[in-house]
Amino acid sequence: MLNPSRRLLAALVASAALSAPAFGADLVINFDDLNPDKKAAFDAVVAAFQEANPDMEIEVNNQDREAYKTAIRNFLTADAPDVAAWYPGNRMAPFVNAGLFEPISDLWESEGLNESFASIMPTMTMNGEQWGVPYSYYQWGIYYRADVLEELGVTPPETWDDLLAACTTIDEAGKDCFTIGTKFLWTAAGVFDYLNLRTNGYDFHNALTAGEVSFTDPKVVQVFEHWKELVEPGHFVENHATMSWQDALAPFVSGDAAMYVMGNFAIGAMTEAGLTEDQIGYIPFPTINPDVPRAEDAPADALFIPSGAKNKENGKKFLAFVATPEIQTQWNEAIGQLPPNANATVGDSKFLQQGFETLSTAAGLAQFFDRDAPAEMAKAGMEGFQEFMLNPDRLDKILERLDKVQQRVYR
Amino acid sequence: MSSTETVPSYSWWKRNRMALSPWLFLVPGLLFFSVYVIAPIFQSILYSFYEWDGLGEKIWIGTRNYEELLDDDRFYTSLKNNVIWLVLYMLAVPIGLGIALFLNQTVTGIRLYKSLFFFPFVISQVVVGLIFGWFYNPSFGIVGKVWEFFGATPPSILGDETLVTYGIIAAGLWPQIAYCMILYLTGLNNVSPDQIEAGRLDNARGWKMLWYIIIPQLKPATFIAVVVTVIGALRSFDLVAIMTQGGPYGSSNVLAYYMFETALSEYGYRMGYGSAIATVLFLIMLVYISYFLWRMYQDEQQ
Repeated sequence: MLNPSRRLLAALVASAALSAPAFGADLVINFDDLNPDKKAAFDAVVAAFQEANPDMEIEVNNQDREAYKTAIRNFLTADAPDVAAWYPGNRMAPFVNAGLFEPISDLWESEGLNESFASIMPTMTMNGEQWGVPYSYYQWGIYYRADVLEELGVTPPETWDDLLAACTTIDEAGKDCFTIGTKFLWTAAGVFDYLNLRTNGYDFHNALTAGEVSFTDPKVVQVFEHWKELVEPGHFVENHATMSWQDALAPFVSGDAAMYVMGNFAIGAMTEAGLTEDQIGYIPFPTINPDVPRAEDAPADALFIPSGAKNKENGKKFLAFVATPEIQTQWNEAIGQLPPNANATVGDSKFLQQGFETLSTAAGLAQFFDRDAPAEMAKAGMEGFQEFMLNPDRLDKILERLDKVQQRVYR
Repeated sequence: MSSTETVPSYSWWKRNRMALSPWLFLVPGLLFFSVYVIAPIFQSILYSFYEWDGLGEKIWIGTRNYEELLDDDRFYTSLKNNVIWLVLYMLAVPIGLGIALFLNQTVTGIRLYKSLFFFPFVISQVVVGLIFGWFYNPSFGIVGKVWEFFGATPPSILGDETLVTYGIIAAGLWPQIAYCMILYLTGLNNVSPDQIEAGRLDNARGWKMLWYIIIPQLKPATFIAVVVTVIGALRSFDLVAIMTQGGPYGSSNVLAYYMFETALSEYGYRMGYGSAIATVLFLIMLVYISYFLWRMYQDEQQ
């Protein structure tokens, strides 16, 4: 009993610390990434904005991402900054519905974002208004060890049958086909998203995450049947339930596992662990049903203006600045991700070029399971995915439970 | 203040100050205790009848949170795990006693051994959780190495729904045993040598000596050891949070962590449902708390 409240207290203290020195600043920005490369890139953007507005006093509070997720609820209600980092899709819904975010449709209109951000506009839109400016997004797909596949004489799979054949070959060589770490659950959702997008397509996936289709629907069962073809022969690394996504990089780096369903943010960690870019390859997730147009997972990160902000005009100024093609190019080149602004330039790295190609030719872009589905559904769903990966024979029970949760969540 | 003795009519304050001063000293404590402990208890009981995400409107839904709780597999898993925790955590008491008896001798360097045995209690639960997490890792942990030495495939203790709770309890027992040991070591200092001598004359030794002479004299230590162990088992939050976050798929959850998860974690924010879990946990604790209070009251009566 004592410790959860201590946790809460820590969060409160953290949020108090975040907002404490806010007096007098003309622009207060709360950001959520302390990873060295991401932090440096963000600081550079703020410095550029400062240069363009020398009279403005800017206050930046940068915090670890997990702590930020807890703190944001407190600082939005207690002492709101002028700009706050958060995620679009269903993740912004609680704040939008509670009136804690400011609609910025006028900014989208006046800055012409409706055109330059057209592809990402739907996910930033809720209740007929736009709520934030995305600064970055990234592709998901299969990252593979090019050298390992070559050594085994396997070509990167393009269809489901190719993939199963490749996995069998890799397994026979004493390696694991896929590495994954499901301790924090969301990685399993990446696999589910792709299996569903490839089996049933974008519209069905949206209907499922919007609660319009039940989990016991035969089409969903079919997705899990495909998943079973990977789980039952042991194509995933063992012990995945105890590993984070970073832990799961170890077998990939050592060459004991050949593929990884991941987002492009993992490239940084892979190269840091000693892999060269030539050793890593990227392919979109293989086709399962050739009649289904290819859709992709492409989560975006965005900046919002809290409705309690003291300097909303300065906040909007900053968002407009972040939306410019120059800043979008600069920022995303620095963090190795893709600029959401269509007029910005994509970085030179082969992964960014391939990712951009994959995403710009996709029939639809999903955010990610935990952003497309409401939080409670996402949590139950991801726990179900993990349980399925460990006990595929419990499928019926898992799906029934998800149905039960679904009926309550979307009531 | 020498005039007080000469003036016959005392003021109201002076007449009553003996009765009032303890209350005055208690006021700050009582005030904070009621604001930060008592009031929140009733507040969370009240919230448990609402549906509330912590931000928007509170919606009165009566007992629906509790009805949902009755139909929630995760809740029963957590409740079952709490019972396992309570039962197995009690092992800390006899094991602590055993180690205390073993260490209660005069050998060179015994102080060093005592402090080494006490060491796990000094390090934070978070560190204990991390160490045991690595310890259990099948690919590089020592548990895996031992299994491999015997030619077996190491189990993934924290990834297996049947083993995971026991794995975490084992980690929790390590510091808890040390705690019970230190309580008993202090207790053993107070065991009267006369009675042991008398017991010897009556030919008591070994188990009989322990059971009839030593343990009855350790009763106060045993009482405290049981109390802290029960409390430790019920608030088994940190280890679960650090080692598994309740996973895999909720199978190592306990009520305290499940409450945190539904009310305050990344995918939670169901304050009403979390409060309902907290209320149930509070009722369970109330059983123990009232028993202990009753016991303490009885002891004071004597």
